[in-house]
Amino acid sequence: MRRPRSRIAAIALKEFWHILHDPRSLTIIFLLPVIQLIMFGYALNLEIQKVELAIIDLDRTPASRELIQHFEGSPFFEVMAFRAPISQIETLFLRRKARAVLIIPADYSRQRQQGTTVDLQLIIDASDPNAAINISNYCQQIVEAVPTTRLAPPPAPFEVKSTIWFNPDMKSAYFFVPGLLALLLVMISALLTSVAITREKETGTLEQLLVSPVTPVEIILGKVIPYVLLAFLDGVGILLIGVFVFQVPFTGSAVLLAFLTLLYIITALSLGLMISTVTSTQQVAMMAAQSATLLPTLFLSGFIFPLRSLPWILQLISYIVPARYYLVIVRGIMLKGNTLPQLITPALFLMGLSTVLLIIAGKRFKTTLEA
Amino acid sequence: MMASGENTLPIIEIQQLKKRFGTITALDGIDLHIYPGEIFGLIGPDGAGKTTLIRILCTLLLPDAGRVQLLQHDVVHDVQSIRRFLGYMPQRFSLYPDLTVEQNLNFFADLFQVPPSIRQQRIQQLYHFSRLEPFKNRPTRALSGGMKQKLALSCAMIHTPKILILDEPTTGVDPLSRQEFWHILHQIREGGTTVLVSTPYMEEADQCDRVGLMYRGKLIVVDTPQRVRQRFPYPLYRVWGQDTYALREFFQNLETVHSVHLFGDALHVAFTQPPVPSDWKHWQLTSHQQIIRWQPIEASVEDVFLEMMEAHS
Amino acid sequence: MNQRKPAIVAEHLTRRFGTFLAVDRVSFRVYEGEIFGFLGANGAGKTTVIRMLCGLLAPSDGNAWTAGFNVRTQVEQIKQHIGYMSQKFSLYEDLTVRENLAFYGGLYHLRRDQIQQKKQQLFQQLELAAFETTLARDLPLGFKQRLALSCALLHDPPVLFLDEPTSGVDPRARRDFWGLIQSLARSGKTIFVTTHFMEEAEYCHRVAIMHEGKIVAMDTPETLKARSRKSSMQQVFVSLIQQQLTES
Repeated sequence: MRRPRSRIAAIALKEFWHILHDPRSLTIIFLLPVIQLIMFGYALNLEIQKVELAIIDLDRTPASRELIQHFEGSPFFEVMAFRAPISQIETLFLRRKARAVLIIPADYSRQRQQGTTVDLQLIIDASDPNAAINISNYCQQIVEAVPTTRLAPPPAPFEVKSTIWFNPDMKSAYFFVPGLLALLLVMISALLTSVAITREKETGTLEQLLVSPVTPVEIILGKVIPYVLLAFLDGVGILLIGVFVFQVPFTGSAVLLAFLTLLYIITALSLGLMISTVTSTQQVAMMAAQSATLLPTLFLSGFIFPLRSLPWILQLISYIVPARYYLVIVRGIMLKGNTLPQLITPALFLMGLSTVLLIIAGKRFKTTLEA
Repeated sequence: MMASGENTLPIIEIQQLKKRFGTITALDGIDLHIYPGEIFGLIGPDGAGKTTLIRILCTLLLPDAGRVQLLQHDVVHDVQSIRRFLGYMPQRFSLYPDLTVEQNLNFFADLFQVPPSIRQQRIQQLYHFSRLEPFKNRPTRALSGGMKQKLALSCAMIHTPKILILDEPTTGVDPLSRQEFWHILHQIREGGTTVLVSTPYMEEADQCDRVGLMYRGKLIVVDTPQRVRQRFPYPLYRVWGQDTYALREFFQNLETVHSVHLFGDALHVAFTQPPVPSDWKHWQLTSHQQIIRWQPIEASVEDVFLEMMEAHS
Repeated sequence: MNQRKPAIVAEHLTRRFGTFLAVDRVSFRVYEGEIFGFLGANGAGKTTVIRMLCGLLAPSDGNAWTAGFNVRTQVEQIKQHIGYMSQKFSLYEDLTVRENLAFYGGLYHLRRDQIQQKKQQLFQQLELAAFETTLARDLPLGFKQRLALSCALLHDPPVLFLDEPTSGVDPRARRDFWGLIQSLARSGKTIFVTTHFMEEAEYCHRVAIMHEGKIVAMDTPETLKARSRKSSMQQVFVSLIQQQLTES
């Protein structure tokens, strides 16, 4: 006698039917990441260009003009001369006429000729601190590039020469594509499963499901399977855009990335499922899924801020943010060409995290309607 | 057919069942035995506790106190085994609206692990009852109210349950579909399944072998519909008048009147002692010819319900 | 009855949702002071008719007038002249009886003293006074129904629409409610009421039976029963639908 289809398969099949019957949601699932990626791609551009720089030249010598020319030649700065008294600088910032002011002291050329240290004063509007740091760095670079003619300076005892690896051009696409992959995958996956059960709670169909002999494990697994596939396709789409549109290199193994991405997706889907077992409406579930994924992934995964710069308590919390591990994996495989042995720790962490989440979801899933 | 004698073992046994939600007592000490092969009707208004009682029987809610057994299986401890032999149709339509009739049936067949060898035969049988086969490829949301109810019933019956529990399956359905639905329930009973069904329609009591009238968390009467009606202790008359409201007031002020209730275009007047023809003549006079016609009637289940409600509040 | 003024007139009223014909060329008149019952199953089109008559939904075809105002062009006037109570008793569960009334009074720009006066009258009529500071959610169902009715009556509308007003309330509360409806009709209000309890048709002066978007019969309950030689409206309904089915 043929055995009936397993209950897990029955539920998975039913979820597929729902997905197919709802082309609008399907479009959103696939279109949303593309739109977000492109939006982030152009908005999240961290390279600063055309910073308005006011220069107050108190020296007015050929040497000071040479320095100014170096600034004018840089694509980072839009230089304007400023002749007002120094006390007026603040109004420049308040009116957003300039983001930085460089003051060349009156004894600039004399100091240079003497070969002593030159004191240039740089005042930066640091209301955007990241930009301020960048501006300061760029200025430094330009000033250092000015050839010290005539008198050779005494040779420095040692010299720091940094070489940047893996992202030699410091392209921000290298940085945001893996980050966005991590962010979009976790957000979409958690969202998909968080509404999967609450929707049935709202429409009342869960009541009918519960009175059948189906077990929580069967419901949960049956609900995860179709969405693993959906989210995986999403991930592939994001990666393709990253590699072909934003030119992010892919140096490692695609198979390994696919495998570990599946693991990450399962972790995120489990998170969504856990949320859906403790919420009763789709709306609350969606909000919970979003707050559990968006901000933690942005701030506590190493996506934007290095984890070490976080306060210890946030560092501790970051251990349960799945994107923390996945970022190591994606960056590792795409940019560094890491292999599995080098990524075994984050992979194991993800596995542990998804197991714990699934167990909680299974335990919290009520087979009664008791509140 | 029905076996409600003391010699048969009850298929559902409820003892001193209590359930509270916060400060509200939903079930206040329910005792009930339901016997194999009967259609038992739970009758009462919203808020009487019907749905709570049904959900406890279906293992969806836990009792606070008391004992509930289905086929000697306890609703608290033997949840999984009960769910195998139980068919349940919730009050709210709970099939997947975007799936077709056949997809819904197949999904529930999978859930209950109906073997493929007998599945087609079972679905054919259910199509025969429900006459839904011509619509099998139609999405459920495009079915009429009556058809939806029949599909929900079919899904609840897919695994040939021993006990079928239905929560207000006929509410809001047109009278013709209601009639047809009851016809199907009778066929299911003939097939050996015990049926417990709740309804807010008092007149549906006559479709049941036995009924329990529920009010404020209590079963106020349990008996056959015939005997429930016979419980009405007063001589009852249906009285038509010029102005039903004025007439109601008139009867309310009579000493020998126990109760007066509006029933559509007429009154049901219960007397403490049977009126004689001279009484009617006298009332004709004193009511200023308000009375058009009167006729002794047998009490309906609704009359009994109204009477028992008053006794319980 | 026909010399009385009509309060609601519907002429070939039709409403489509996509390809679905929810209401199919429905015509009727309801006269002032009349209780007009609209009978039918869920999905027969009752609520759609009410929504068109209240100006909430535009007819796809045909026309209608409520309290003398056209449902296509005079929606705002209609809303001032009708009271509407739905089966869900659109009350704010977390507000008290008094707060609910004050809110609905405010919606209709009633002055505080007008609300106060009307409230006293309704409280007396509906025996709600004891619950004035009770939260709506804590009211027994029968009183919730009365509160919903009070909210619909605050601005003293000449036409009252009741959509399944007795759904789920107990037999006694239902009788009390019908008693109130009858006294409102006697005071001159026009009542348009839907129900799926067929026996409640007997409380109406005239009824229309609706099935799949069409009116299949319309008359007084006695005439309908006499014509089809049935003793209850339930049976009248069943025989009418069966007749429809054999005809089609």
